[in-house]
Amino acid sequence: MSSPPGVTRATLVKDLRLEWRSKDAINSMLFFALLVVVIFSFSFDPTAEESRRIAGGLVWVAFLFAAVVALNQTWARELRNQVLDAYRVSPAPASSLFLAKVLGNFIFVSVLQALMTPLFVVFYNLRAIGPAYQLVFVAVLGAWALVVNGTFFAAMSVRTRSREIMLPLLLFPITIPALLAMVEATSSILTGEFSAKFWIVLLAVYDVVFTTGCLLFFEIVLHGE
Amino acid sequence: MKRAFPILAILTAGLLTYGLYGALIQAPTEQTMGDVQRIFYYHVPSAWTAFCLFFVNLVASIIYLVRRNPKADALALASAEVGVVFCTVVLVTGPIWARPVWGIWWTWDLRLTLTLVLWLIYVSYLMLRRFSSSGQTPMMAAVLAVLGALDVPLVYFSIWFFRTQHPQPVIGGGGSIDPRMLHVLLMNWLAFMCLATLVCWSRYRLEILRRQVEETQALESLLAAGSSR
Repeated sequence: MSSPPGVTRATLVKDLRLEWRSKDAINSMLFFALLVVVIFSFSFDPTAEESRRIAGGLVWVAFLFAAVVALNQTWARELRNQVLDAYRVSPAPASSLFLAKVLGNFIFVSVLQALMTPLFVVFYNLRAIGPAYQLVFVAVLGAWALVVNGTFFAAMSVRTRSREIMLPLLLFPITIPALLAMVEATSSILTGEFSAKFWIVLLAVYDVVFTTGCLLFFEIVLHGE
Repeated sequence: MKRAFPILAILTAGLLTYGLYGALIQAPTEQTMGDVQRIFYYHVPSAWTAFCLFFVNLVASIIYLVRRNPKADALALASAEVGVVFCTVVLVTGPIWARPVWGIWWTWDLRLTLTLVLWLIYVSYLMLRRFSSSGQTPMMAAVLAVLGALDVPLVYFSIWFFRTQHPQPVIGGGGSIDPRMLHVLLMNWLAFMCLATLVCWSRYRLEILRRQVEETQALESLLAAGSSR
C-alpha cells in the first residue's frame, strides 16, 4: 500500500468514491457547461458554416470554465479536517498524491467532454469536414493539459486569500499556448481547411513539459516553507 | 554600496535628459513615418529593459529555489514589478505608434502577442504575491516564475504557427537603420537600464526594510505577550 503506485491508487479510489457518492464536481461542471452552450447558442444563433469556425473556441471555453469549477474543489476538500496536513507528515511521496489528483480530475473532465459533445453537435449542427478521429487526440491531450496545470495551480491557490478567484488568474495566462492549440486544432478539423497535426504535436509537447515540471515542483508546493 | 545610489541617480537623470534630447531633436526624422517614429526611441528600449528584468526575475527565482535566500526573493519581486511597468510602457506606446503607421491599434502579430502573454504571466505572478501573505509566498512565486519561463518557447511556437497560417501583418521589417538613429536608440536603452536598476534597487531596499520591520514587530508582539503572562 505504501509504494508510490499504491498511494496513487488509494487516493484516486478515495476521490472517485467521494465523487460517486456526492456527485458535487460533475454536477456543477455539467450544469455550468450546459449554461455556456445554451447562452452562446442563442446569443450568436450561428449558421452551420459559422458554427464550424467558432465551435472550437466555444467548446474549449466551456470546458475550461467548467474544469475550473471542479479543480477548485480538488484541494479545498482536503482542507477540512486537516487532511492536507496529514499528507504533509505522511511518508507518501508528493508526486504520487499529485498524480492521483490529476488522474481524478482527468476522469471528471473526460466524462464532461463525453456528455457535452453530443449537446454541442445538436445545438451547433456540427459535422467535421476534416479527419474526425483526430478530435479524440485533441480532447485527451487538451483535457490533460488543463488538468495538470489546473491541479498544480489549485494546490497553490488554496494557500492564498480568495482562493476561488486565484486559480483562473494563475491558470489562464500559462495555459494560453495549450488553449490556442486546442482551439485551433478543433477548428482545423471541423472546417477541414488546415492540418491539425502541428497543433496536436504542440499539445503533446506542452503536456510532456508541464507534467514533468509540475511533478518536479509539486513536492516544493506541498511541503513548501 | 549605498554611496553609489545617488551617483547612479544623477547619472540616470543625465542620461535620460540626453536621451530625450536625442529622441526629439538630434535623431533625423524618418522618411516615410515622420515624427511619429520617434516613439521608437522609448518603445524599443522599454521592451529590451522589460525582457532583461524578466530574465533577472527568472535567475533570482531559480537562486531562491536552490538556496532559499530571502534576498534573491526580494530581488525577484523588485525586478518583476519594475519589469511589468516597462512592459506596460511597451504595450501602451506600441498601439500609439501602430495606429497612424499600420492604420490599426493592434494586431495578433508574433512579437505583440508574445509581449502581451509575457505581461499577463507576470501580472498573474504579482497577483499571486499580492493575494498570498503566508511564508510560502516566495516559494510559490518562484515556482510560478520558472513555469512561466517554460511557457515562453511554447507561446512562441504556437503564435508563430498561428500567424503563418493567417495573413501576415505589415511590418517595416528588414532594411538598415541610420547610425544616428541607432546611436539615440542605444543611448536611450542605456538610460532606461540605469533607471530600471535605480528603481529596482530602491524597491529591493524597501522590501528588505519592510521585512525587517515585520520581523521586529512580530518579535515585539511575542515578547509583549510573553511578559504580560
